[in-house]
Amino acid sequence: MYHHSEFDRAFVVDRAQRFRDQVNRRISGALTEEEFRPLRLMNGVYLQLHAYMLRVAIPYGSINPDQLRQLALIADRWDKGYGHFTTRQNIQFNWPKLVDIPDMLDALAAVGMHAIQTSGNTIRNVTADHFAGASADEIADPRPYAELIRQWSTDHPEFQFLPRKFKIAISGSPNDRAVVKSHDIGLRMIEQDGQPGFEVSVGGGLGRTPLVGQVIRDFLPATDLLPYLESILSAYNTVGRRDNKYKARLKIAVLELGIDHIRDLTEARFAEIRPQFDGTDQQILAQIAAQFSAPTLVDGRGTAEYDAARAADPVFRSWSDTNLHAHRHPDYAIATISLKKHGSTPGDASSAQMRLIADLAERFGQGDIRISHEQNVVLPHVHKADLAALHAALREADLATANLGLISDIIACPGLDYCALATARSIPIAQQIATRFDELKLEHEIGEMKIKISGCINACGHHHVGHIGILGLDRAGVENYQVTLGGDATETMAVGERAGPGFSKDEIIPAIERLVGAYLDIREDASETFIEAYRRLGPDPFKAALYPQKEAA
Amino acid sequence: MARAFEPVVISANDLFDGRVIYLSGKDEWVSQLQQAQLITDEGQAKDRMAQALALSDRAVGVFLAPAKAGPNGPEPGHPREAFRAQGPSNYFHGKQAEDA
Repeated sequence: MYHHSEFDRAFVVDRAQRFRDQVNRRISGALTEEEFRPLRLMNGVYLQLHAYMLRVAIPYGSINPDQLRQLALIADRWDKGYGHFTTRQNIQFNWPKLVDIPDMLDALAAVGMHAIQTSGNTIRNVTADHFAGASADEIADPRPYAELIRQWSTDHPEFQFLPRKFKIAISGSPNDRAVVKSHDIGLRMIEQDGQPGFEVSVGGGLGRTPLVGQVIRDFLPATDLLPYLESILSAYNTVGRRDNKYKARLKIAVLELGIDHIRDLTEARFAEIRPQFDGTDQQILAQIAAQFSAPTLVDGRGTAEYDAARAADPVFRSWSDTNLHAHRHPDYAIATISLKKHGSTPGDASSAQMRLIADLAERFGQGDIRISHEQNVVLPHVHKADLAALHAALREADLATANLGLISDIIACPGLDYCALATARSIPIAQQIATRFDELKLEHEIGEMKIKISGCINACGHHHVGHIGILGLDRAGVENYQVTLGGDATETMAVGERAGPGFSKDEIIPAIERLVGAYLDIREDASETFIEAYRRLGPDPFKAALYPQKEAA
Repeated sequence: MARAFEPVVISANDLFDGRVIYLSGKDEWVSQLQQAQLITDEGQAKDRMAQALALSDRAVGVFLAPAKAGPNGPEPGHPREAFRAQGPSNYFHGKQAEDA
């Protein structure tokens, strides 16, 4: 994976030093809060309900063992011994003191990490397929492109004061695991005449106006990537609204002006600036790509140990059934470590768990670790012969929950337990759903199910694209939960439809239970997933289960 | 008819560690909601807000937080304020841990 260059190192160290100076001036009173706020946000420092929050980027979800150990150290030394992994492939520390944050940034810089552009109206952390470089269905590893975008977008002077935040996601596979069409720019790698390139979509987003990104270029040669991105950003900087924060995202410009107009602006700008790109970007890309060379995969070791362990241990078999994905090498697997133990906080990892994962990645996983937007941790290159030992080690640390893609593998934002924007809690709802279906022992029978929960309309919990989405709202000072149905976060992305009136916090778990019960009753057979049944039957039978009294009336 | 004024306290977050603080009747920033001054009059709220802003060297985001009278002092007037006064519900962290 990529290691920071001298330039990168000097840059992040300088930024941390500058922030230390800014904090000192704030504390001395030389800076007012109004003056300081944009400076702290540029460095990922928010003020939440109970404390400051530091959001640290994990670029394109890729992290090495030393970096993960450093996050554990930061959690122990300056926070409360844990971190929260987010849907944006960031980690958030919920309890730092302002005066400690410069030290935290120094500690991050020491391992090539930072919190730059994790907030503010800039290009945010570029997100990517968490199986990049490993999955069997991949055309090419998207991470070199993601790193090129990171370098290009970091402190880019033209894009530091955009109308609103700007998110780019990239997938190297036709199967979209990065929800690319929910981003301002979505890049899906494709090939044309043997040449690599991207299908480029723009104007996607969740939040209060959920929209699926529209294709602005069917095929963009990979060599044109940066000038084309720059052209889209330039068009957005020109026409993006600055009069209304809620209408300032690119998606609104696409909605109001039309994709054809945005495309015309982009292509016109592209014609101007493409000649200015003299190939330096491609030289840098080649240097970056060399750092992402494929790991050495061992042939000939066989999978007999794996097969024997599966036959002998039903707990391992269950875990390997759910938590493994196909690797491009048949003797290897992509192993996902669930951070969704039933009843726990989705996406949270203790410092001890982080250290163990770092150790296991070195022992069994080529030192490669990913953070998924689904708030889990991935070891992308594990030999099948090592999986039983990996699983045994994970069990001892409460990290072997066999629930990937199942009903308890829930995305949930921090919600009203932490977030200053939230209108209701997310975490306890996720905990209760997971616990309830674990009690019912129905999880594996239900099969693939994506529940996503947001504690406010900003949709950090991706509720719009959950098979079942739950949106927590404030109704006259009482938490209330709206259900959406039929959302899809894959390459067939769809925004879920609101089912009807919301439920109280006491009603929402029984409502979900009725909904899932109805699915089990009406599915054709066990192979028909919830989302397939919903597409076949439409919303009516599911609404009837959610609102039985209305049906009876 | 104008809506009746709902009681409030003046609250903010501490500049140094971000914890929730409240303004007492003695013009001090305190940690406990029950020690805050409950304000039941709109005019008084405006006056106290102006005074609070003058006392805001260590207070960030000073605002009027909904509250209600309780037997031991002010109590939260909204779920958001209940979490601010206590801490999150998923871990025993924040003010609830400080009190223990």
